[in-house]
Amino acid sequence: MSQTTTTDTAAASGASPAPAPKKKAALSEGKKAERRLGWLLCAPAALTMIAVTGWPILYSLLLSMQRFDLKFPDRTEWIWFDNYVTVLSSPYWWNAVWVTVLLTVVTVAIELVLGMSLALIMHRALVGRGIVRTTTLIPYGIVTVVAAFSWRFAWTPGTGYLAEALGGDPVLTEKIPALMVVALAEIWKTTPFMALLLMAGLALVPDDLLKAAAMDGASGWQRFIKITVPIMKPAILVALLFRTLDAFRIFDNLFVLTAGSQGTSSVSMLTYNNLIKGLNLGIGSTMSVLIFIMVAIIAFVFIKLFGTAAPGSDDGGKR
Amino acid sequence: MGAKRRYRLAAGVGVALLAASTVTACGSNSGGITVNVYKYPQENFQAIVDNCNAKAGGRYNIVYNKLPREADGQREQIVRRLAAEDDSMDVLGLDVTWTAELAKAGWIKEFTGSAKSQVSEGTLPAPLETATYEGKLYGAPDNTNVQLLWYRSDLVPEPPKTWDEMISMAEALVAEGKPGQIVAQGKQYEGLVVLYNTLVNSNGGTILDENGTKAIVDDKAVEALEALKKLATSKAIDPSFSNAAEDNARLAMENGNAAFQLNWPYVYAAAQKKPEFAKNFKWAPYPALSGDQAKVTVGGINYAVSNYTTRPEESFDAVLCLRNAENQKFAALKDGVPPTIESIYDDPDMVEAYPMKDDIKETLQNASARPSTPAYQNVSTVISTILSPPADIDPRATADRLRKELQDALDSKGVLP
Repeated sequence: MSQTTTTDTAAASGASPAPAPKKKAALSEGKKAERRLGWLLCAPAALTMIAVTGWPILYSLLLSMQRFDLKFPDRTEWIWFDNYVTVLSSPYWWNAVWVTVLLTVVTVAIELVLGMSLALIMHRALVGRGIVRTTTLIPYGIVTVVAAFSWRFAWTPGTGYLAEALGGDPVLTEKIPALMVVALAEIWKTTPFMALLLMAGLALVPDDLLKAAAMDGASGWQRFIKITVPIMKPAILVALLFRTLDAFRIFDNLFVLTAGSQGTSSVSMLTYNNLIKGLNLGIGSTMSVLIFIMVAIIAFVFIKLFGTAAPGSDDGGKR
Repeated sequence: MGAKRRYRLAAGVGVALLAASTVTACGSNSGGITVNVYKYPQENFQAIVDNCNAKAGGRYNIVYNKLPREADGQREQIVRRLAAEDDSMDVLGLDVTWTAELAKAGWIKEFTGSAKSQVSEGTLPAPLETATYEGKLYGAPDNTNVQLLWYRSDLVPEPPKTWDEMISMAEALVAEGKPGQIVAQGKQYEGLVVLYNTLVNSNGGTILDENGTKAIVDDKAVEALEALKKLATSKAIDPSFSNAAEDNARLAMENGNAAFQLNWPYVYAAAQKKPEFAKNFKWAPYPALSGDQAKVTVGGINYAVSNYTTRPEESFDAVLCLRNAENQKFAALKDGVPPTIESIYDDPDMVEAYPMKDDIKETLQNASARPSTPAYQNVSTVISTILSPPADIDPRATADRLRKELQDALDSKGVLP
């Protein structure tokens, strides 16, 4: 019981540098001018953002409602939601959706556990802190495509050490083993990112609190679960949100490792195949719009239901 | 002050350097007319380009731009840039299967008048057909290719003439405990489409109708599915058939597991590195399915001229030079790509480098093209996906599925896997 109250006060003090909102009612002249200037200053950036993101989104929405195939330019016509019917009734699409969801859930879950351990190690490291942090970040610093190629060679029988070590089977040519390799490459690559975000959260946990809990007889695990994790919750949720959105759009690793053969396409890979390879702008745009909607749903669930702080908001994610 | 002056000086020098380099670039460009050729990385192609530049006598300068090594990468770059109306590509080296797609989209120019007659004259009909769409010529065949049957003469004294004969000979060898396997391309990719297309055409069947707008897959094509299944489920098939591309098949035979191989002629040159193996490595025409000759699928490269080129006249001229008899012979001898001009096969120089030239020429006389449709990319993906793995083919049901998904692909309604 006493532990919960301490946690609450700690969380409140963590978000303390925000006492300003009370003064909102009475804005002085100076404040008003300042505010106007603020709007003017960010207007160019905002307008540019709308031009470079708003228009493409709208354009793909328009394309998704047409039969628009560059191979048959004279057959372009408005077909409204026919493309959506085609895509949503295609077994290839649903296979890709399940592959993507599976990869996302598995990789993000493993990354969270590994990332947390790495973060704790980096946070607690007494000797060689710089070296520990640097070496941990190396995989994240390598270009994904380069890393994916080295994974591919490693798993190719005849040339790769990993394939040889595991009996020389061509693992990348079968669905489940290939997906496992993709997941492994993803986890190896992005765990450091997760660890970095979590380490920022760890820095929020006051040492005094942990010492006090230790005095009260809490074990290491209890301190972690009852103190560290609740205080870190906003940081954990932001890390999860970022990684989930990223993992859901997985493309580069898959493109290099399997190119979507044997039913290993993710939704992004399938979209690429239809849009760029197949030149079918209608079907491809439909898929992009569907991905956009799915990503929006994920973000909504995280922010509204779990109370993740939207990046940039300053209330620390508490509601 | 000093800093400012130094900055100005640096800027001045920079501008001067830029100007100088532009001037020199123009100077070497023979009046500034450049014809940009985009082609796959062909080892000795630069020599052909130099040859044609000398022949152009300063009227234009051909620049060889290398496309990616793999066909998908080549097509992707070409279509992406053509879709954006890129005018910096003039001559394109196209895979024989892309003609319809690019012609229909209005991205490549038709060959007319004297260019057309010069391309058609003396060119083998099968390669020429791959450059034709809706009765119009859109490309100039550069090199061609057909598969042959490769066998080990120490195990097989007389090569099989038919598909069934090949399978039963191989099974007999395997039953005796000899390395009698058959190797071919059964992986889920274009190679499997080539294999199936050869079987369908050899059997007199049809996959798509003539205009490439309707999926047919007739009874003869169903029989071809049966033939493919028979091979895939035979006791003599290479166990990794469903995963084998050209090079896997070649290596399996060179490693001594197989007595029969269906593959392109490049395996001959590769085999010469292993003299012990090469001395029994012989070839024969592709085994027939029905009738007395197979109709083998042609591969190869055609030159096309981009519709967005700013130098159409020079581009057509360059194409005619790059594919002329002299340069085709050079490519055949140096890079091992079979020529498309018939008379080159009778050239005395060809005998040594191309001992199988007569069989290639004969096969080409009776070869078949892959379905000609703008949606070929989709058609090919659908076929290789549905036929994979070949051992699981259920002829009737597979044909029904092919018919339905091919029709969707042709109507640009289907989703590509």
